[in-house]
Amino acid sequence: MHTIDQVPMQTAMEPGEAAKDGSVPAIAVEDVHKSFGSQKVLNRISLTVSRGETLAVLGRSGTGKSVLLRLIIGLEKADSGSVRIHGQDIAGFGLDRLGEIRMKMGFLFQNAALYDSLTVEQNVAFPLRHHRKTMSKSERGDRVMQLLAEVSMEGHREKMPSDISGGMQKRVGLARALALEPDILLLDEPTAGLDPISSGEIDDLVLKLQAEHHMASIVVTHDLHSAKTIADRLALLNEGDVVIEGSFEELQRSDIEFVREFLGHS
Amino acid sequence: MIDRKSTALAGMDPPLPGPRTSLIPAIAGSSLDLINKFFEWFGDLGIFSWRVVGAAVTPPFEFRELYRQLDEIGSMSLPLVALAGAATGVVLSLEARYSLTRFGAKSLLPAAIVFSVIHETGPIITGLVVSGRVGAGIGAELASMKVTEQIDAIEASAVSPYRLLAAPRILACILMLPLLTLAGDACGLLMGWVTQALTEPLSFHQFINQGFNGADFNDFLPPTLKTAVFGLIIGLIACFQGMRTRGGAAGVGRAATSSVVLSSLFVILADVVLVKLILIFFP
Repeated sequence: MHTIDQVPMQTAMEPGEAAKDGSVPAIAVEDVHKSFGSQKVLNRISLTVSRGETLAVLGRSGTGKSVLLRLIIGLEKADSGSVRIHGQDIAGFGLDRLGEIRMKMGFLFQNAALYDSLTVEQNVAFPLRHHRKTMSKSERGDRVMQLLAEVSMEGHREKMPSDISGGMQKRVGLARALALEPDILLLDEPTAGLDPISSGEIDDLVLKLQAEHHMASIVVTHDLHSAKTIADRLALLNEGDVVIEGSFEELQRSDIEFVREFLGHS
Repeated sequence: MIDRKSTALAGMDPPLPGPRTSLIPAIAGSSLDLINKFFEWFGDLGIFSWRVVGAAVTPPFEFRELYRQLDEIGSMSLPLVALAGAATGVVLSLEARYSLTRFGAKSLLPAAIVFSVIHETGPIITGLVVSGRVGAGIGAELASMKVTEQIDAIEASAVSPYRLLAAPRILACILMLPLLTLAGDACGLLMGWVTQALTEPLSFHQFINQGFNGADFNDFLPPTLKTAVFGLIIGLIACFQGMRTRGGAAGVGRAATSSVVLSSLFVILADVVLVKLILIFFP
């Protein structure tokens, strides 16, 4: 693997010792392998993201970018290697412990994955209803309105997901991801399938949210322009491995053939 | 099948049969694969059941979702179950009248209808009707949620889909099946009497008196309560098939179909076992 930034080795921490002060990366993926049957998807991949930092993960379709996000949030299990969230290795966690970790993460799915039987407002209220039991109904309503206002969707709260556009669905998905005030945000193709104006709006929204909430973010995308706009660092994946990791300028300076080819075609 | 004669006439070389020796390993291989899948399915179902039980017995409980499912599975299935029960009552009455008259036992007609309905036809017809309507509904709904990543989104929100989706549906099936069976039985008996009364005047009071003469709770309670097991089977299999779906719209269709087919099959198989157990424990 050709990396510009060397991945620092993490020392094992007990779950209770998880640090959030920046001394430990918010996300540390170390030497992770993942296969589905005979198909090898991720091959000894290592990445770290610190609080306040945004990493864009780029690569061709089927290189395991979305699988990487699913591993980080615990929807898939790695065959080997470790995924640490605030220093805690989530590999051996049961559903309860994993639930605690997931409450610190927001996830925007590729197609927003809004609950189609719930309204926009109910979708955003969903995590609050389940995890903020002490919140009164009016407090929850105020919080939902605040979140919808952050993504400029306050005028559509009564609508069903099927009645709003793809870009709007992603905004609502983003509002839902932010409901529990996560310190990690995972975005799977936030601009995929959107027109350039909507893509730009989503990029601006992500930048605004980053500035306000200071989260550690990983953005999986095919959109080089979007990656360049919202990310501090970029990692390019090929055949399940990180080919190069660094700033956009560092990628541009690279003489690796695959990098040049990828940037040339994007 | 390729017609060797017609292809030869068309000036083409007929396809040669493959070597016969490769057929046996191929059959053995696919049989082994089938056996593996069979055991894998039961293993996955066991793990799924364990997770659902774990989610169902620990707080927080999803009472709101349970109430919604009780309405969806119970109230919405009632017209269909009532209709199926009524039709069964009519058919039983017609058939039993013909058979019993032939053997000179026409006076046993009310008892024959009552015992048939409450012992077997009512519970099994209700089980099969609900497995068709509810099994397909749950299978398709959860499969659709799975392929659109809504179930992943629930998990990513740190909410257990076993607790939120599977447990309330399975519990609602368990609770509603006996009640639906009662409704189906009542409609069957009512229409059995109507059919009987149309051919030969007989009051409903007389019909019930003659029908339930000699019957006790052992004739009524165990067959009705066994449908709770049917409910467990329908709910469990439909949720399992729905939540393990892969592959877009085709996967949703497959999940709905397999939910109905498997739950109907297991309801019939469970009925065989339960009838035997009831005969042993409630003679």
